[in-house]
Amino acid sequence: MQIYLPIAEVSVNAFLLLGLGGLVGILSGMFGVGGGFLMTPLLFFIGIPPAVAVATEANQIVASSVSGALAHLRRKTLDIQMGIILLVGGIIGAAIGVQIFVVLKEAGQVDTLVRICYVILLGIIGIMMLVESVRAFRRSHQKRTIRRKLHHHNWVHGLPFKFKFRTSGLYISAIPPLLVGAVVGILAAIMGVGGGFIMVPAMIYLLGMPTKVVIGTSLFQITFVTAFTTVMHAATNQSVDIALAFLLFVGGVVGAQIGARIGVKLPSEQLRIFLAILVLGVCIKLALDLLLEPTEIYSIGIGH
Amino acid sequence: MHNWLITLVLFAGLPATANEEVIAALSQNRIAITANFDGSEIFIYGAIKREAPPEEGNLGIIITLAGPLIPTIVRRKSRRFGIWVNTEAVEIDEAPTFYAVASSAPLGNILTFVDDLKYKIRIEEMIKSVGAPIHIMDAQSFPEALVRIRQQEGLYIEIPEIVNIEEETLFGTRFTLPANLVKGEYTATIYITRDGSVVDQQESIIQLEKVGLGRWIYNLAHEQPLSYGILAVLLAISTGWAASLIFRRI
Repeated sequence: MQIYLPIAEVSVNAFLLLGLGGLVGILSGMFGVGGGFLMTPLLFFIGIPPAVAVATEANQIVASSVSGALAHLRRKTLDIQMGIILLVGGIIGAAIGVQIFVVLKEAGQVDTLVRICYVILLGIIGIMMLVESVRAFRRSHQKRTIRRKLHHHNWVHGLPFKFKFRTSGLYISAIPPLLVGAVVGILAAIMGVGGGFIMVPAMIYLLGMPTKVVIGTSLFQITFVTAFTTVMHAATNQSVDIALAFLLFVGGVVGAQIGARIGVKLPSEQLRIFLAILVLGVCIKLALDLLLEPTEIYSIGIGH
Repeated sequence: MHNWLITLVLFAGLPATANEEVIAALSQNRIAITANFDGSEIFIYGAIKREAPPEEGNLGIIITLAGPLIPTIVRRKSRRFGIWVNTEAVEIDEAPTFYAVASSAPLGNILTFVDDLKYKIRIEEMIKSVGAPIHIMDAQSFPEALVRIRQQEGLYIEIPEIVNIEEETLFGTRFTLPANLVKGEYTATIYITRDGSVVDQQESIIQLEKVGLGRWIYNLAHEQPLSYGILAVLLAISTGWAASLIFRRI
């Protein structure tokens, strides 16, 4: 069934969108990742203009992270103080990101920028996941445990503007979480990703937050930052397509439930290798689109 | 020489006698596009009105259908630091979003080059006038690319030998409209030619509108972008919350 997307202004098969939402949903349910970093490039591949894909994906992430954030709030596995500082950074970052987006859109370079960012990001994530999962796969066969230090002091503890974060049991400067939040905000605005894949490791290894509050706090920040990004993109670029977001979300919600059930039954190391290869595949496809001579070097845009 | 020829045609082309006139009609002068619009057809027909017996010469009918004219930017990529980036751009003041030419015979047989230039009937003639930046040497390749891309998308079409003429008087044709149309005013123009020269022409307007939920979304997003953004967020929050309620039960 062809459906005309009112903002993207293209006709796409509705089942293709539900299916894509479902596929990415399954992956996110299996691995506990947001999936924005896979969905946005897949939308490019099916012909959605990159500006619309990025803004709409931010909108979809609001829907997919809000229920998780609420659940963590109920279970009190959420550090509100830390979340608000990350959020302030995130909103500053998102505002900067949307401005960069507007300038580049005027110059006709937004597609290239978004694609380059994706090649870099997916390349890094894919390689890290592959290395990590191969190592984990070997380790599971060797049966050796490595002990970690529970709490360690690093340069983060030397910075000024220290705050007491009760829920996390930390006394650290507000600067690192502000910066982490800002980086995630810029990524949300330019790439249409939640940024959990950067924020979660940063919270654990850089800020030293306890693991049990990490997911809830990052979902809290992601919900608000992507909501802010959605409003900013809608107000400045008119590029949020709620019809597209809704279809992707319906597919994604069902997929995530299936994925969560499959994920428990399958061996996780092999799955991680599979996801790493998938991420690298999307990265290579995007890189080739940039590197190889396109069949049509001209493109049409709306004038002034 | 060229100018002189055009002036001559200006005098000769417009019929002093106006013996043959077009009377046109449309099957519909309002078309509504919905979210699952997958193309539509319009029927344009008419008759040639005469005070005297038919003129001499080979009769031709050309019917054009032009979508709204909007300023359009054509960009060209070239390789920079190994990757293909948009590097040059030419703005075309007025390019139709849709353009179809239907005719009773191949255009070359029923339309002279001079009249094509004068009435801007072929799409190539329509969007030739460009004010390109001076540093772009081959500025003409930009409008050519625009025509080529829109032809591939089925937005610029030429359909010869589709207009039927009955008894040198009645004629009609069908236009199949693609799904990816822009809303606005569409102009249907009928030309009668004799031996390749335009004898009479007539224009009719068709309003193309988007209706239903799709139009509502589009209008809100462009007219009240801030409220639309807030609505998008509220919708996302409520669907996300509703989904979590549903799946907690299962």
